[in-house]
Amino acid sequence: MTSGKHEARSAGSADSFSLVDFARQSIAIGESELKKLLRDPTELFSRAVQPILWLVIFGQVFSRVRGIPTGNISYLAFMCPGILAQSVLFSAIFYGIAVIWERDLGIVHKLLVSPAYRGALVFGKAISAGFRGLIQALIIYVIAFLMRIEISLSPHTILGVLLAVMLGSAIFSTFSLIIACIVKTRERFMGIGQVLTMPLFFASNAIYPLELMPKWLLIFARINPLTYLVDILRGLMIQGGHSAYGFMFDVVILGSIYAFLVVIASKLYPTLIQ
Amino acid sequence: MENQSQDNKSSFAEDTAIQTMNLTREFGQQTAVDRININVRQGQIFGLLGPNGAGKSTTIKMLTTLLDPTSGTAIVAGFDIVDEPAQVRRRIGYVPQMLSADGALTGRENLMLSAKLYRMPGSERAARIDEALKFMGLENSAKKLVKTYSGGMIRRLELAQAMLHHPVVLFLDEPTIGLDPVARRIVWDRLLDLRRDYNMTVLITTHDMEEADQLCDELAILHEGRVATIGKPAELKAAIGPTATLDDVFAQCCGVMITEGGNYRDVRQTRSTVSRLG
Ligand SMILES: Nc1ncnc2c1ncn2[C@@H]1O[C@H](COP(=O)(O)OP(=O)(O)O)[C@@H](O)[C@H]1O
Ligand SMILES: [Mg+2]
Repeated sequence: MTSGKHEARSAGSADSFSLVDFARQSIAIGESELKKLLRDPTELFSRAVQPILWLVIFGQVFSRVRGIPTGNISYLAFMCPGILAQSVLFSAIFYGIAVIWERDLGIVHKLLVSPAYRGALVFGKAISAGFRGLIQALIIYVIAFLMRIEISLSPHTILGVLLAVMLGSAIFSTFSLIIACIVKTRERFMGIGQVLTMPLFFASNAIYPLELMPKWLLIFARINPLTYLVDILRGLMIQGGHSAYGFMFDVVILGSIYAFLVVIASKLYPTLIQ
Repeated sequence: MENQSQDNKSSFAEDTAIQTMNLTREFGQQTAVDRININVRQGQIFGLLGPNGAGKSTTIKMLTTLLDPTSGTAIVAGFDIVDEPAQVRRRIGYVPQMLSADGALTGRENLMLSAKLYRMPGSERAARIDEALKFMGLENSAKKLVKTYSGGMIRRLELAQAMLHHPVVLFLDEPTIGLDPVARRIVWDRLLDLRRDYNMTVLITTHDMEEADQLCDELAILHEGRVATIGKPAELKAAIGPTATLDDVFAQCCGVMITEGGNYRDVRQTRSTVSRLG
């Protein structure tokens, strides 16, 4: 830590990088996580409760207000992609808890002693968070369908929604992993997790358009990845919906954020056990 | 002992599996591991013996590349842990102090994950996994979820996981802590078999005198981060007296004893209490 030699350590070995190995290792991690998830899906279903409340109660009440400018679409259709983004955020943001749990069990130690790429360990986690996101999407589609919200059912928009949901899940789960590596204990993580989620949700365009926001809030909304995720989903998921920033712009922003987070997380993950 | 390890530093012998050079780790003001010099030959079972807080886990974490040394370094399986951690990782196996197999996966699934992370070719995986399961006597439990395993079975699964890629050196942090005597014996037997069949070098940490005595070819006694003494169990005991036990060795070189749970008991204090009562 003190001498130059010890700092050179993080540069890793002279091994040449193999993308195939990286992909294999990420998939191996993602696959294990998926197996665990499918074995005990209760958590997934309990996560369905919140979006149901938002859409059925909040959504139906607020559709009557008619004070929220949602253009040519109904308020319910407007908020539906926002609620999907919210449930992606909420199910991914507590990912760090599972990681801290794995650290306390020594699972993280074992992963880190293996010659797997540190980045692949982090990316594998994001893949599994992506699966969780997909199941959230499925749940929201079902609710929306039952509530007769004007959902777009064309295959390419659904595919787009699913890809966006996976990217969003990857972003928030990796962000969560970073927080876990910093705080290291469950108690502190829970505190921070609670403090973060609601502000991220409210400082976004999930349930009201940005135009309604005061200036100071707008600044936060503009740097909030959730805003860009909602923007993509709003453009794809509902009939007559459109993206305010354009898909390309959203994808570039979200992609850059994710790349940045992965680099940070790959550096921090090995420090989780120290 | 000090001199011997100093001499070894310059000449890295062919059959050396682990060599530490003034390996040191500080946590803030505290020096958890203080300029340790040990030398483990290929095929040896080497024990790091010491009470809780002696620095055993910290040493193992450095040797397995989990933790950077503050200063000093070590050569493990022919590579420097600071300069070439990735090379070291390919050649070692590790069983952490906690029972760390993933309870929500089956035994086989745990092994499969390891096989993939260690870049084992697809054609070899099944055979290697079967071999490791058989070696550890877990063939019949391979399809069960690990959360249904007993502590001893989990430890054996972890050994299977750690030996899967035939590492040169195996690191085990308190491998039998919390196991009943039967399970403990089985773990010892398997470790001896691993050494016999694969010529694996094994470094274990323990605060259990019996384990150190029965299992280890050579011991380093750690006390407050330093190597208090090094040698074969028989030599260490003989140096003190014909009927001496490892407890006596420990009490002699550290001035304290290790109690059942792995904590210190001050020998002098106990003695003075006894004399006052007597
Ligand atoms: N991550 C850490 N941060 C601060 N102190 C630590 C940390 N890990 C270990 N220590 C301290 O270093 C000393 C040695 O700990 P450890 O290596 O776990 O001992 P052992 O395994 O022999 O019981 C202890 O005093 C412990 O409190
Ligand atoms: Mg320990």
